[in-house]
Amino acid sequence: MLTKGERLPQADLAGGYRHMSVGTVQQRHVRPRLSPTTRNLLTMLAFISPWLIGFLWFFIYPTASSLYYSFTDYNILQPAKWIGVKNYTDLMHDKAFWNSLYNTTYYTMISVPLNVTLAFLLGVTLNRDMPGRPILRTLVYVPVVVPVTATAMIWMWLFNSNWGMLNNMLALVGIQGPPWLGSPVWAKPSLILMQTWLIGGSILIFLAALQDVPRPLYEAAEVDGAGAWRKLWNITLPMVTPAVLFSLLTGMIGAFQVFASAWIMTNGGPVKSTEFYVLYLYNNGFRFFRMGYASAMAWILFIIVLIVSLLTFRSSARWVYYGGQD
Amino acid sequence: MARLQAADLSGTLARRRTAPSLATVVSRAGNVALTMLAYVVGAAFFVPFFWMVSTALKSPDQTFLSPPRWLPWPVVWENFPQALGYIPFGLYTLNTLKIAIPSIFGTLISCTLVGYGFSRIRAPGRDLLFSICLATMMVPWAVTMVPVFIMFKRLGWYGTYLPLIVPHFFGNAYYIFLFRQFFMTIPMELSDAATVDGCSQLGILSRVILPLAKPIIVTVALFQFNATWSDYLAPLIFITRKEQYTLALGLTYFLDFQRPMWNWAMAATTVAVLPVLVIFLAAQRSFIESITITGIKG
Repeated sequence: MLTKGERLPQADLAGGYRHMSVGTVQQRHVRPRLSPTTRNLLTMLAFISPWLIGFLWFFIYPTASSLYYSFTDYNILQPAKWIGVKNYTDLMHDKAFWNSLYNTTYYTMISVPLNVTLAFLLGVTLNRDMPGRPILRTLVYVPVVVPVTATAMIWMWLFNSNWGMLNNMLALVGIQGPPWLGSPVWAKPSLILMQTWLIGGSILIFLAALQDVPRPLYEAAEVDGAGAWRKLWNITLPMVTPAVLFSLLTGMIGAFQVFASAWIMTNGGPVKSTEFYVLYLYNNGFRFFRMGYASAMAWILFIIVLIVSLLTFRSSARWVYYGGQD
Repeated sequence: MARLQAADLSGTLARRRTAPSLATVVSRAGNVALTMLAYVVGAAFFVPFFWMVSTALKSPDQTFLSPPRWLPWPVVWENFPQALGYIPFGLYTLNTLKIAIPSIFGTLISCTLVGYGFSRIRAPGRDLLFSICLATMMVPWAVTMVPVFIMFKRLGWYGTYLPLIVPHFFGNAYYIFLFRQFFMTIPMELSDAATVDGCSQLGILSRVILPLAKPIIVTVALFQFNATWSDYLAPLIFITRKEQYTLALGLTYFLDFQRPMWNWAMAATTVAVLPVLVIFLAAQRSFIESITITGIKG
């Protein structure tokens, strides 16, 4: 089918093929057209422009100005005053800073490996055929969608040392329960325990990874007389190492930024035992209005997270197995 | 042939009649034990919810009993109207919706466009930009928190809902990723055919892709609703007056007492949790697919 546009030049340029091609060349000289690649590039950029603008506005600009503020004394009311590396050197002598870094490291180093291990074991358990499996999977995931305020309130009540559910269940088996959130020794373990209620996301990742483990591997292992533990350790675990890496990375990035639960439940106490890094950063910025000091803390956190993530990635070449995707 | 089969069959029967080996017994016992363990774990995950609802239905003297009663008796339904009347629950819900609805709208517009650009237009540099987009997910929000606050304060947006809404019109790396993954499953031939028919990219998006993309649109809308409903930090930083509070902020009112009224607190918490629970249970499948897809990709 010929369209109007295709028929027109034929009628006009009755002279034939040569004439026509000359005409096209001339047209190109008069009105230079973009190459298809350039046109696609521009269209693509137009489509992703919301993100590009957002990236510059809410990421590049704040990250860069955060770096600038970190070298200034700035309380919002007066203009920022350049003070060089003083914020950083002050931080090195700030006991509260080291305390918050210690609390966060403690929390991360225990919570993340614990939760990845539990998520792996629960994933394996829930991957087996058994009655009620869909309900169990829903049950372990549901806590993840609960708003953090609600989670914090429910657990404060569970942790209540006099009337709370936890200590009364411990009393049933003859154990005198600890004061949980009320004690500087137990407050961090309490928050770590609460975090295990929220491992549903990692469990789902493991369940998905377990789907991809080839059945014949297990059959071959059974023929060789391998028991359940050997199969778990030598087949299942190596095959789901990509999921382990993913859970470790996202878990660590999240744990380094633990804030809302501690803010609501303990407000950093008792005796600053749950004053985590971001909590102290928040207090510096929004309570004491030391924006420069808070920005220096933000950049130190950025660098710590970057280094830890890179080290985890680098090490993963030695322990993550990427053969199971097919 | 028939004899052979019969012999085979009798062999199987004979094997079945003999006592199962020790290994089979152990593995069967192990299976039962694992199933029981799974039920215990499931129950443990359920206990906090049970405790929340049970407390919400107790009178104060039932609440502060030691040892506690598992089930409330008599059931005190009045806790619900009383708790919801104690804090301006309706106002806080309305405030939350005032933020949630425009946020969902902005998220859907921006992430659809960007997801389309990242998946269905072949252009140099596209995948590099997409990797940068993904990498921003790894950066702690605490890094940008202070300067973003300063910026919004200078714009005069501090104390308004704008800082909680406007950023959603500029995309979210995770939702962009979800849209992109979904769009990539739609055959390129559909786009090519539309191009031949003279359709522009925007036309392809609205006439070819969007009608197919309903599942992902619904999923992202629900994710964003949950995110706004649950968000604590951003309202904490940007909202100044109590009558502007969102539900997530307002719930903590119950903690201000010397000795909190836990039955009321749990009643209000139950009502606050209900919408996200209902949404999750209704859309469970697409939620779970969207979460697992990140793990596979990652």
